[in-house]
Amino acid sequence: MPSITKPLIPLAPLPKNDLGLTIRDYEGAMSTLCAGCGHDSVTAAIVHAFWELSTPPHMIAKLSGIGCSSKTPTYFVRGAHGFNSAHGRMVPIATGANAANRELTYIGISGDGDSLSIGLGHLMHGIRRNVKMVYVIENNGVYGLTKGQMSASADIGSRPKKGEANLLAPIDPITLGLSLGATFLARSFSGDKEQLIPILKAAVAHNGFAIIDVISPCVTFNDHEGSTKSYKFMREHEVKEVQTDFVPVRAEIRAKIPVDGATEVTMHDGSVVRFRSVPEGYDPHDRLKVETYIRDRHDRGEIVTGLLYVDETARDIHALNETPANGLNKVPFDKLCPGGVELAEMQKAFR
Amino acid sequence: MAIDTTLDLRSQVNDFSIKLANVNGTGSASANSLLMQAIFRMGIPVSGKNLFPSNIQGLPTWYEIRVNRTGFTARALDYDLMVAMNAQTYVQDIDDVRHGGYVMYDSSWPLDPDLHRDDVTFLGVPLAKMCLEHFKAPRERILMKNIAYAGAVVAALGIDVDLVSSLLAETFARNERLAQSNQLALRLGYDYAHENFDCPLPFRVEPLDANGSAILINGNEATALGCLYAGATVAGWYPITPATAVMDNFIRLCARYRREEVDPATPGAPTHQNNYMILQAEDEIAAIGMVLGASWSGARAFTSTSGPGISLMNELLGLAYYSEIPAVIIDVQRTGPSTGMPTRTQQSDILLCAYASHGDTKHILLFPANPGECFEFAVACFDLAEHFQTPVFLMSDLDIGMNDWVVPELQWDDTYVPDRGPVLHDEELREMAEFFRYSKVNDEHVASRTLPGSHEKGAYFIRGSGHDKFGHYTESPAPYQEVVDRLKLKHAASANHVPAPVVEHREGATIGVITLGSCDLAVREALGQLAEAGVPADFLRVRGFPFVASVREFIEAHDSCFVVEQNRDGQLRSLLALETGVASERMESILAYGGFPLSAKQVVDHVLTRLEN
Repeated sequence: MPSITKPLIPLAPLPKNDLGLTIRDYEGAMSTLCAGCGHDSVTAAIVHAFWELSTPPHMIAKLSGIGCSSKTPTYFVRGAHGFNSAHGRMVPIATGANAANRELTYIGISGDGDSLSIGLGHLMHGIRRNVKMVYVIENNGVYGLTKGQMSASADIGSRPKKGEANLLAPIDPITLGLSLGATFLARSFSGDKEQLIPILKAAVAHNGFAIIDVISPCVTFNDHEGSTKSYKFMREHEVKEVQTDFVPVRAEIRAKIPVDGATEVTMHDGSVVRFRSVPEGYDPHDRLKVETYIRDRHDRGEIVTGLLYVDETARDIHALNETPANGLNKVPFDKLCPGGVELAEMQKAFR
Repeated sequence: MAIDTTLDLRSQVNDFSIKLANVNGTGSASANSLLMQAIFRMGIPVSGKNLFPSNIQGLPTWYEIRVNRTGFTARALDYDLMVAMNAQTYVQDIDDVRHGGYVMYDSSWPLDPDLHRDDVTFLGVPLAKMCLEHFKAPRERILMKNIAYAGAVVAALGIDVDLVSSLLAETFARNERLAQSNQLALRLGYDYAHENFDCPLPFRVEPLDANGSAILINGNEATALGCLYAGATVAGWYPITPATAVMDNFIRLCARYRREEVDPATPGAPTHQNNYMILQAEDEIAAIGMVLGASWSGARAFTSTSGPGISLMNELLGLAYYSEIPAVIIDVQRTGPSTGMPTRTQQSDILLCAYASHGDTKHILLFPANPGECFEFAVACFDLAEHFQTPVFLMSDLDIGMNDWVVPELQWDDTYVPDRGPVLHDEELREMAEFFRYSKVNDEHVASRTLPGSHEKGAYFIRGSGHDKFGHYTESPAPYQEVVDRLKLKHAASANHVPAPVVEHREGATIGVITLGSCDLAVREALGQLAEAGVPADFLRVRGFPFVASVREFIEAHDSCFVVEQNRDGQLRSLLALETGVASERMESILAYGGFPLSAKQVVDHVLTRLEN
């Protein structure tokens, strides 16, 4: 994807984060996506989230597959290490990278074609392995770069700009994730940065595979009457009952939570996710209730957004494999190679 | 035992071949390898080839033992003794015995008179009957038949029975009852043979001191050892015959050598850490993806697979080649195409691996001939992969990988330092004005890379899409070509780093014989026989791709060359013609691709027939 360097125009002094960096330091190249693309809003939210978290840019690894969504890592955190891989294959590559170096913050950006068709098998196994990473699906129900084919997330009856309505049942990454034992499941809408930023921050803090399904309308191929992934449809059908705040580990927790029905989840790194305005009987730790709730709302034509499910007790890929705390790529060679004496010794059994 | 004196009674000390015909899943494998191991311990060069079906229980399976005092232990195709333990295959097995040879069979039931051959001596041992009398448990009655025939073979071949007895004692050191049953079964067969036949037979073993400090090892285990010693920390894999044992062994070795004792961080926390992560992937695509991710991050990582897995990995192998990520791929080749014959050997992935993936690609291949080279070359693969930032293939095969071979003791040089290739670290990055991924190139056309997590100046976007030397996306012809042209030069530069070919000259030779991998022993044995027949030939064994100049020079220096390999299409010959520019007409193929390891006879017959015409 061609990239256009963003001009750094000196503006009034911008606020700085704990590292002394401004929001500009978390931006990337100029977007080459269509004007009004939902993905650009997601990019902006990611820029904000990392700036607010004060994550050192070089300690971020941003990965993607192929497609419009997979272009977006170019547009955020220019100081991060990036990997634009092959269509659908980002999860195994991120898994290997994370296996070798657990000290980085991994964020993968994918689309519905990348995640729910060609890369679905990999996505499911990434969930099972509980690789610690943020996994964003920029979900627009359509293949953009190849000009408008329906994807596996398109709802039955949803119409592409040209051609027939979709007749096949959609794959919902959230209910799929619930069935596979995913440990962090959120849905958001690209038009709602206020909701997306705390979810992204919570996902970064999560000790495992954090899926954020972001409905991100495609203005060129799927933002019309009859599309369930359009701005209009989302604005009319989004239900934001499960609202969350994120309190980073460094921030002082000022007030006790007076909100009715609020639940707190302490993340692995000590930060806190607060659920407020949770519907009665909703428990973000109970897979069955979460699924029932989402399906029930879906049947009523509503799309529930928010941090929907979280399990902070599950072990991530490194805990499961009992690997060293500072990354396998830092283990010195003399600890890896048993040496000549041992080789001679072990060969006594080969005679 | 009455012996027909008209028969071909060769006196063959430490020079014979036997074949054991069994039903798979009945426990015969351990009895057969016991025989082979005992001969090895007597100091005699020996090989054991397991010719087994892709099945768990009930189908025919064979095991061949070749004993050869001079070390030529390729398949013989000329069996002195057939241990016929599978009634389903009696016809074929009895037919396979050489004129004047012997057949040992279970005489608990009479042999069909139609199976009789006048030129073969039949040795009946009532194995089922003996085991029925001496063992109670039904399972034991079946299992012990194997050790009983092994006992009879021990007597027939003059193998040291005390040695076999001590091997059994080692194996069953922790199970007293099984140890007793095995010792009893061994004696039953041994004693019966001694009481009823003239033991030992004319072909037999005598203690020798030809093995020195050699070891008995299969290629998959040796490969896993190489990966361990090279310092691989991440492995991604998917189960596949015949490569699975590479990872089985790596898992076992890591549990033994890579588990480090640590002080628990908190009470109840683990008291050890694993300095490795082995990921059983959802498929081979994911397996190679994991390798790329880990290698990108600076770990030594590998996958082990066979042909069908390579087919699936093609997509990401192109990504690794073009974005210049190190990767080590162990290909234990089996018989293709498609599922093919998973338990049969072939060298048919040569072209697939040399040019794996779409677009213009070329890879580095190493061709080990035996488990010793599997160990050595596996280490070399990691050095080459990082030195040249590219995928490197270890082209093993089922014959090397799954059979036990006698090889010189593996050596390790403790001064070895891994070659990590050009990597820029933070100190260097801080000094630099700017870093671009593919612009700082060394003499061998390799560009310095940075690892994720390094200084912000070293951050870049690695991509499989078109890029210029700065690592930026491009769709322009010249900057695109500049990068792919450099990749071609880089590949060519690796020729001087892959293991050099093995060349052996013979006085008066006008023809050359080129081969690779597991053909080695059979071809060298054949060249000895050809020289005796008045046809001296020079020998070259290719050990790496790309080819060094001396390979082309060898072909050009001979009136004609034969290329011996185990595939239908003469893939090595094609690769030689394509990459050296020598006309393929200058080389004639000798091909064995039925799935069983090569025999010297196949080479000798072809060359002599060709020269007569």
